[in-house]
Parts: sequence; structure tokens; C-alpha cells
Amino acid sequence: MSATISQRDYSLVGKDSKYAEEHGLASAQWYACPISRKRLKELMQRKDGPAIRDTLLWFGLLGLFGWLGWHFWGTWWCVPAFIVYGVLYCSCSDSRWHECGHRTPFKTTWMNDVVYEMASFMVLRESTPWRWSHTRHHTDTIIVGRDPEIAVPRPPDISGIILGFFSLKSGPKEYKKVLLHCFGKLTAEEATYIPDSEVKRVFWTARVWVLIYAATIAWAISIHSILPLMLIGLPSFYGAWLLVIFGLTQHAGLAEDVLDHRLNCRTVYMNPIFRFVYWNMNYHVEHHMFPMVPYHALPALHQELKNDMPKPYANLIEAYREIIPAIFRQVKDPAYFVKRELPAAAKPISAPVPEPQPTP
Amino acid sequence: MSDWIKACNTADIEPEDVIRFDHGDRSFCVYRTGDDKFFATDGHCTHAKVHLADGFVMDNLIECPKHNGRFDFTTGKAKGAPVCVDLKTYPTKVENGVVFIQI
Repeated sequence: MSATISQRDYSLVGKDSKYAEEHGLASAQWYACPISRKRLKELMQRKDGPAIRDTLLWFGLLGLFGWLGWHFWGTWWCVPAFIVYGVLYCSCSDSRWHECGHRTPFKTTWMNDVVYEMASFMVLRESTPWRWSHTRHHTDTIIVGRDPEIAVPRPPDISGIILGFFSLKSGPKEYKKVLLHCFGKLTAEEATYIPDSEVKRVFWTARVWVLIYAATIAWAISIHSILPLMLIGLPSFYGAWLLVIFGLTQHAGLAEDVLDHRLNCRTVYMNPIFRFVYWNMNYHVEHHMFPMVPYHALPALHQELKNDMPKPYANLIEAYREIIPAIFRQVKDPAYFVKRELPAAAKPISAPVPEPQPTP
Repeated sequence: MSDWIKACNTADIEPEDVIRFDHGDRSFCVYRTGDDKFFATDGHCTHAKVHLADGFVMDNLIECPKHNGRFDFTTGKAKGAPVCVDLKTYPTKVENGVVFIQI
């Protein structure tokens, strides 16, 4: 679908931010699929068991492949070991960061918080700023000028997306912010969504990160090898590619400025290994609609809601058959987006949704 | 002077659950714990004005349905980001199977 649209301003302090606020798109009421309170309560129940099992397996595999990389350093055998280690370190951390940020995987709160802090470091997202950024993403999902986590603004920056496979665009930006926070400063955009009470935590966490990096660099210098950085720091770059492959399926190419997650999120079926790495975030419509449901219950939630949802994608290939052409088309036609078809029996959206409009 | 207002019948709330109660232009949440104690708070989350009656009750905590912010509904205490401001609580009493809140 295409409409006349001018260049959008994706910053949180620009003209489209004001437009969203003036047109009822900010902090709005969103559509929710019908589900009984009783069933939703069952699905929202928290357990420690599944997340402890998955976390032990994750750290066990990290230890194993880190050891293999260390052991085979200097031979070609270290390459596959570090490829797997990097994915476990960075791409796996993306989903752990995300889920534990919602504090839903574990029933025990401190377990969510510990895994959240560790995963934030490994995926190179400062824990406090990104917690607030993600809060805004859930308030105003893909609302231009409000959502700080729109991965593919229009027109898409193809080279930026390619660099993203190894965090070469976001990584240096994040390091600059870490240094800025070390010196006790926030960016103008961060100041719009991080409350004053959280600011000290931002600064102190950044200082701890710098200490960890400094210790790792000192270790590398002392043994005259980059091997320590292959284990801590560099995997945030060389292990990011799977995170991007999974992450782009969430919203890329779909509608902006709609108040219905069925129209701006994708649910993509994945195999069990991918679902372990991604902690079921492939059920992305369901997650956005009911973020209280923990990752291990999302497949069951999907069964409850699927008759009121667009058809899920059979696999990543089917999703990318839609995403790649859509992104390339948006380079020339930024107004274009993929309109998701709701099933005939689907309930209509609960509130009138403004058509995406150009701003002057 | 504050008044005792009938909010609901005890049977209207499942154990470990919450319901919405509107009175005039105000909105409240009434909670029932697993051991049949009743509590009341303001209805909307202090973070983003989302109604907590659609949230999840876990022990003495209510979790906001939008951003997973948590409050102890027995005290109103905010339990960490993204909620930073406490929730106002109201006294409750139960008489003959009816829950009253003092507002």
C-alpha cells in the first residue's frame, strides 16, 4: 500500500513527535484480541523452572564454545567455535535482554534483573536507557516521533542495515553514549524518556561497563593477544548477525502510526533451536498485545488468538520474501508499506485509527 | 470527610485477582488475595495511566498490563522501573459478603 507522504522525522523531539501527540497517536488505546480473563490468567502465571533451565543451558553452551575458541586459538577450528560463541553471546542476549526487561521469564524478580544486566552488557545496550526506550516502544509501537526503537525508518538506509549485521553502526553510537554517561550527561532524546530518579543508575552502570572493558583490554595487552577481547567485547559485534535476522522480522516494512499490533508486528513460525535463541519472540504480535505473558507461554497464547490475527509466516524465508522487496521499494517510495490482512472473522479495531498522514 | 462506598461483592473477585470499580469520575482497583483479604488502590498505573484491572496479580503484587511495572497493592509501593511513583491505597472492609472501600 502506498500513499502520499513526506519525509518523516523519526526523532523524539521533532515535528512528527508533535504530530503524534496532537492526533491521538501518543499513549493511545490499542486493540487487544478477545481472550477470557481466566485463560489469560493461566497464561500469565510465572515460573522459575523454564528460564532457569534455559539460562543454565545458555551459559553452559557459552562456556563450552568459549573454551573451544580459546583452545583452538591459532587454528581454523577456532572460527566455527567463535561463530557459535558470538551468536550465544550477542544474539542470544538480545532475547534475554528483552524478556528479562519485562521481568516475565523468571518468577523471582532478582533473577530477571541479574540476567537483564548481564544480557544488556553482552548485547551492548545500556540497561537503564534501553529499559526506558523499550517502555516507550511498547507505549507507542512504530508511532513516528514517539517510538525510539523503529529499526527501519523510511526511506530505509540499506547500508546501515547491512552494517547492523555486525553492529557497526549502532555499536560505536552506543560506546559514545556510554562515555557520555560516564561523564554524567544524557542525550536530549534520552532526557525525554528517562525519569530523573533513574539518571544516577545510568551514569554508574556506564562507569562499571568502562571498568570491565578497561580490564579486558589490559588483559589483552598483558598477554599480547586479542583473545580476551574475542571473549568479552568483540562478540557484541561479530555475534550480532542472527539478532538482526530475527529482529527485522518484528516490524520492518509494516505500517506506521496504526493502533493495532496485528498491523505493525509479525508472528513468524520458527524451529525449536531458533526459538531457544530467540526465546519465542517470533510470536511478536502476541507479545506486544499481552506483554505480561512469559516467553514460555507465548505459543499457547498464539493458539488462543490466531483466529483474530493475520496469517502467521510459515518460516523466516516466507517473512523475508515480503520484507526484502518491501524495504527496497521503500527506498524509492517511502510511503509504501505492507498492509497485513486480517481474517474475515477478526474483530475490528476498537478505535478509529488515523490514516498515516504527511506532516508539513 | 471520607465515605465508605460499596465496591463489589466478595464473590465478584476470584482469589488472587483484581477488578475495576468506577465511582463518579474516579476509577479504582479492588484486589482479593489468595487468603481472601481485600485491598483497594487507584485504578490507573502511576507511570502511563493504563488501568491496572487488566493486570496480573501475583502474591501481593499487581503488574501493569502495558509495561510490566509492579506495585505492592497492600501498601501502594512502586516496586521498580518503569514505575517510580507509589499508588494510592484505600482502606477496605467486608460486611455480609460486600466489599466497601473508604474514599
